[in-house]
Amino acid sequence: MNQPILQAKGLTMRFGGLLAVNGVNISVDEKQVVSLIGPNGAGKTTVFNCLTGFYQPTGGEILLRGTPIHGLPGHQIARRGIVRTFQNVRLFKEMTAVENLLVAQHRHLNTNFLAGLLKTPAFRRAEAEAMEFARHWLEEVNLTDVANRPAGNLAYGQQRRLEIARCMMTRPQLLMLDEPAAGLNPRETDDLKALISLLRDQHGVTVLLIEHDMHLVMSISDHIVVINQGSPLTDGTPEEIRNNPDVIKAYLGEA
Amino acid sequence: MSSTSFNKQLKTAFFSALLVIAVAYPVLGLKLTTVGIGLEVHGASSTTLAIIFGAAVLMFIWQLVRDRIPTPRRGYGSKNSPLTRLGTKLTEPSVQRWVILGLILVALVWPFWGSRGAVDIATLILIYVMLGLGLNIVVGLAGLLDLGYVGFYAVGAYSYALLSHYYGLGFWICLPIAGLMAALFGFLLGFPVLRLRGDYLAIVTLGFGEIIRILLRNLTSITGGPNGISGIDKPTLFNLTFERRAPEGMQTFHEFFGIAYNSNYKVIFLYLVALLLVLLTLFVINRLLRMPIGRAWEALREDEIACRALGLNPTLIKLSAFTLGACFAGFAGSFFAARQGLVSPESFTFIESAIILAIVVLGGMGSQLGVILAAIVMILLPELMREFSEYRMLMFGAMMVLMMIWRPQGLLPMQRPHLELRK
Repeated sequence: MNQPILQAKGLTMRFGGLLAVNGVNISVDEKQVVSLIGPNGAGKTTVFNCLTGFYQPTGGEILLRGTPIHGLPGHQIARRGIVRTFQNVRLFKEMTAVENLLVAQHRHLNTNFLAGLLKTPAFRRAEAEAMEFARHWLEEVNLTDVANRPAGNLAYGQQRRLEIARCMMTRPQLLMLDEPAAGLNPRETDDLKALISLLRDQHGVTVLLIEHDMHLVMSISDHIVVINQGSPLTDGTPEEIRNNPDVIKAYLGEA
Repeated sequence: MSSTSFNKQLKTAFFSALLVIAVAYPVLGLKLTTVGIGLEVHGASSTTLAIIFGAAVLMFIWQLVRDRIPTPRRGYGSKNSPLTRLGTKLTEPSVQRWVILGLILVALVWPFWGSRGAVDIATLILIYVMLGLGLNIVVGLAGLLDLGYVGFYAVGAYSYALLSHYYGLGFWICLPIAGLMAALFGFLLGFPVLRLRGDYLAIVTLGFGEIIRILLRNLTSITGGPNGISGIDKPTLFNLTFERRAPEGMQTFHEFFGIAYNSNYKVIFLYLVALLLVLLTLFVINRLLRMPIGRAWEALREDEIACRALGLNPTLIKLSAFTLGACFAGFAGSFFAARQGLVSPESFTFIESAIILAIVVLGGMGSQLGVILAAIVMILLPELMREFSEYRMLMFGAMMVLMMIWRPQGLLPMQRPHLELRK
């Protein structure tokens, strides 16, 4: 169990002449919460996009439990257990909350054409189980009341929670959250913090987080990676980061 | 009212009137007559000209005064008008089911009383319903704009025509084969092109439809070229033919049941076969909507990137919609070939694709009842207004424009059956 669940070595992403990410190393151990911080435009989301296969990194390697996954298309990487949320929530707005959760279980459902056409008992059972699993997670994120409302009509904080629940439907090993607290009020941020802790402690999910809310980052992270202008600045425990003069200069600011 | 706004109104009114003349005069005011091998242009009678001029004047006045007519509420825009309420009621899934059941009952029974011509037209409508429902999967549910849908229709029709012509196979064997062939073509076309989006996909499919038609016209040695293939067998009822005299090894329907020969039986039988196919299509699509794949189509239409992030393979999902849609076109095509007894490339021009797409859009994307209604409107209207057949395209266009202004969401927009979490 010493092997890190996700490891990126010398990750590099070049868009033409622009070096967006330059030799970033990230190592995430099982059941850790690792945060990726840095000023705006530092390349945090680009790192996410590389890790999840939305971009093909131009250099470096990405290992999931020791297996290289760089170069695989996004849906393949998602199937291997790396699932992400987006900076601006991407729900299926016309579909209800519970349907959003069902779509995410697509791969685990009985997609046999004839079985569905004839409503075989196996098909019904699979659908019922999917519904049960969705109900369980709606309860976990406290959205049972709005289960049958179109996702686009939910309050912003609810949409954020629904997006996390939708990720959980795919039974991920590693959950990647891109600025989950953006646009949330302090109370909602506290709820989010509780939710992330719950995911890690009760469901054994490893979390990689991009976040600007330093209270959240410092209180929840086991490890923090700081990048600045595409290059790794430093990494360490929250305590080390907080006191690192380079980080203070580049990002945190003198208090 | 200030003078500038009055000036503006005057201008609008003037141009509207001019537009009336510009559209109406060439269409109504000029008459082409064939003289020998040439054409001669004649002016229309003075009454027609007077009517056109009168219409222009009326338009001018209407544009001038229409803002001054007190209209507290536009009738069609208000939420409370009974018509709107009826519209919303009809789009509820539970109501739709009953409406559809009622329609099926009526559809089953009426041909036994209806006239031969009416049943024939109804059969044609059913073919278009089938095509509309099939295209609805691709355009309405999966959100892929397909302008070459008629290509798959042609593949289905020719599959049956060729198999019947060269190998003497019957309709019921060829029906699934035609569906599979069309699906195969859908799959083959879809594989390379489905990574394209929106407009690009539309252009490629448009090209595909034309390629199929031109291929069929130029493969003279196999498909008979522009003459097509004729003498295609009609469907049989458990090997009973509906012709007056049975070919060898078969029995006729009227002899088997000991009744007098009536050519109407054949028409009614064709109608019932078409109805059966439509019902089958409806059933399959209704199940699809409630299956994981149906939800995936909807999700994909809404947000492809989110789908990918959740491990759904977008290409595969699009491909399934494309293939299934093509498959239904294949069924419709083989039935079309059987009904006509003749296929030629001219039945599969781009305008057919346009009509089918118009049916889908007019009916309301994704809505099945809407597609059925729209198919009836689109096919029945031209038939009813045969006297005005010269203006068919004009009315077609006017209808489209009016629909897009008044009900851009279609006649009966879709309300998807939502899965509910039971508390």
